[in-house]
Amino acid sequence: MTPGRLRRIMTAPVPGRPPTVYLDHAATSPLRPEVAEAMAPFGAERFGNSSGAHHVARDARRALEEARDLVAECLGASPGEVVFTSGGTEAANLAILGTLAARQEAGLAAGAIVCSAVEHAAVLESCRAATRATARIAGVAPVELRVAPVDGQGILDLEALEDLLRDDVGLVSVMLANNEVGTVQLIGEVVGAVARAAPGAAVHTDAVQAASYLNVAELARGADLLSVSGHKLGGPKGVGALVVRERVRVDPIVHGGGQERDRRSGTHDVAGAVGLAAALRAVAASRREESARVGALRDRLAAALVAGLPGTVRSVDSARSLPGHCHLRFDGVEQEELLVLLDERGVCASAGSACASGALERSHVLAAMGVPAGQARGAVRFTLGHSTGPPDIERAVSAVTDAVALLRG
Amino acid sequence: MSGGVDSSVAAALLVEQGHEVVGATLKLWGGPSDSGCCSVADVEDARRVADHLGIVHHVFNLTEDFAAAVVDPYVASHGEGRTPNPCIECNRHIKFDRLLGRAVRLGHDALATGHHARVAALAGGRYRLRRGVDGPKDQSYVLSMLGQDQLARLLMPVGEITKSKVRSLAAALGLRTAAKPDSQDVCFIHGAEGRQGFLSRRLALHGGTVVEGRTGSTVGTVDAVELVTVGQRRGMGHGDDGKRRYVVAVDVARRRVVVGGDDAVRTGEVTLEPGSLTWVDGPMADGGRAIAQVSAHGRPAGCTLEHGPGATVVHFDERQRLVAPGQTVALYDADEPDSVAGAGIAALGRAR
Repeated sequence: MTPGRLRRIMTAPVPGRPPTVYLDHAATSPLRPEVAEAMAPFGAERFGNSSGAHHVARDARRALEEARDLVAECLGASPGEVVFTSGGTEAANLAILGTLAARQEAGLAAGAIVCSAVEHAAVLESCRAATRATARIAGVAPVELRVAPVDGQGILDLEALEDLLRDDVGLVSVMLANNEVGTVQLIGEVVGAVARAAPGAAVHTDAVQAASYLNVAELARGADLLSVSGHKLGGPKGVGALVVRERVRVDPIVHGGGQERDRRSGTHDVAGAVGLAAALRAVAASRREESARVGALRDRLAAALVAGLPGTVRSVDSARSLPGHCHLRFDGVEQEELLVLLDERGVCASAGSACASGALERSHVLAAMGVPAGQARGAVRFTLGHSTGPPDIERAVSAVTDAVALLRG
Repeated sequence: MSGGVDSSVAAALLVEQGHEVVGATLKLWGGPSDSGCCSVADVEDARRVADHLGIVHHVFNLTEDFAAAVVDPYVASHGEGRTPNPCIECNRHIKFDRLLGRAVRLGHDALATGHHARVAALAGGRYRLRRGVDGPKDQSYVLSMLGQDQLARLLMPVGEITKSKVRSLAAALGLRTAAKPDSQDVCFIHGAEGRQGFLSRRLALHGGTVVEGRTGSTVGTVDAVELVTVGQRRGMGHGDDGKRRYVVAVDVARRRVVVGGDDAVRTGEVTLEPGSLTWVDGPMADGGRAIAQVSAHGRPAGCTLEHGPGATVVHFDERQRLVAPGQTVALYDADEPDSVAGAGIAALGRAR
């Protein structure tokens, strides 16, 4: 064998794959054209460091603050309540560790935290980190973590939640909508429960997934902290925001120059902030129509597959789910194999979360919902988004039908 | 693709031969962030080699199957006084069962690995499993459980070349794994904790007495009978004659380790666990001659098979070191010593 020949083979184009049918918007969404346009000047043109004093810096500062105003408006907050971060994960970390550190310092109740059993890893792992001795590096004396159960559709058991609320609770974190199966929580009721059973405890809600379709400003107005992420909304990756209501304090977990009113240091990603704002605005402008449009496409996909393939179950009813989520369980099928066959047919979907190696992990969400392990292994998540249209649904139905038939043999 | 140089070059050779190749790395052990072999770093190496070769790469999570088929039985076996070979069980249940099944379901014609062994296709649609050309690197021992159905769908391109050729090919191709050292340990046991640490966290360990086999007298104690292996010398001290003692038998139930001198730890035969015998291409008859190998790179020994009423017994031509219960006895064809005839597992029982 000659290395030369092999190199020719290696650089030959990969045989054509069918056109992409992207149904993994919950993982990430393509950049909206209006967002790309809004961000473009902030590379080589309006490139200043927003923390400086000269006109180049001031121009960047102005853009940053305009973005902040817009983000605040979209999220039902005041500009001073918006903290820009590097994404939804950092926002969750700041919400949990930052709030605990500040509360402990101020002598407020902060011996325990409560979260739901279906939180995203960014919330769950931040909560777990807060229970360990190493939390001290963030200024947090280790706390007790209590996890509130959910029902078979992923809906939080409010009574069980209240049982976990005592006067040692410093923070309660419940996501506005679940990223895996799409379940929408009744955050207003969570806020009410906390006000009754642990008044004074702060409430955080992870709105990363929900912000695409729900009126977060309205639904989360009682929450003390809420986190969003740019790239789930057709905005850029690498930027997110944490809303910290005026009545609540967070200590920083990223230390440095004191930006974001000492809540999050680091040179501002002005382009990112502008992009996040543009994405939130685009979502707000079309929320009702998009929810209806995407919801109808999702219902068509779900109905076709449930009717066309015996042994197919929906995990959450449309009424309780985000409009873009279609989470199905296929009997007698391994999710890893189905995803490979779908990928070969151009269809991008996913299941659960990936671990550091890229392998799928057992879903803690399905486990919390009481889905038996065998069924959980046949679970696939399809999530629609702003760039999804009817041809995607047709191709997906055809690809899934073929693939499942092949695997069931 | 384990992330090692052998599977990297195996993939490259198959691409060169014009096959449509897809790379798969198995996640078998560890929580979301693991350490040791088959770690995240190894997966990344495999992925980058796949990128370099222009092939699709998947990572498959088979941790549950692996725990059930390899790790749990490994632990339980030690509890019974056996010394299993988990890599063999992984080959038996995971690689050439689960993974092979998956490859077929996904529409592939064959599974390929970086093992140093060869599959030979004979006239009439039969297959042979042969040692790799590089003797000291031969891995046919850990593949000795395979049968026709699996061999028909198995490619092992690296078995046709030497290990040093593998490395030089990898270097010539610019593969990042060219100089990567081979992993030596069982993939689910980290260097830091060792077999002892691993087992002690999963198995109730019991102290026991050490008894001199010939005289029956107690000559010492051990902290954990479950961690003692037949043939072991470490910790057994010396006999009255000043010669080293070896473990001749382990009786977990009676918390006893029997020791003896060099002569006592030799045997003329090994009984195979009933039901553990597998054949590559049809069973060998009673009285048939074969060549036995009882460890990954052990010296092959001439033997005769006896199919007894309860079990098959392998009679060695010359006395050998005792084979620890749970170890695989690979049988090679007496006329074609490179060709695997079958394999069985040494039974728990008395040594002769």
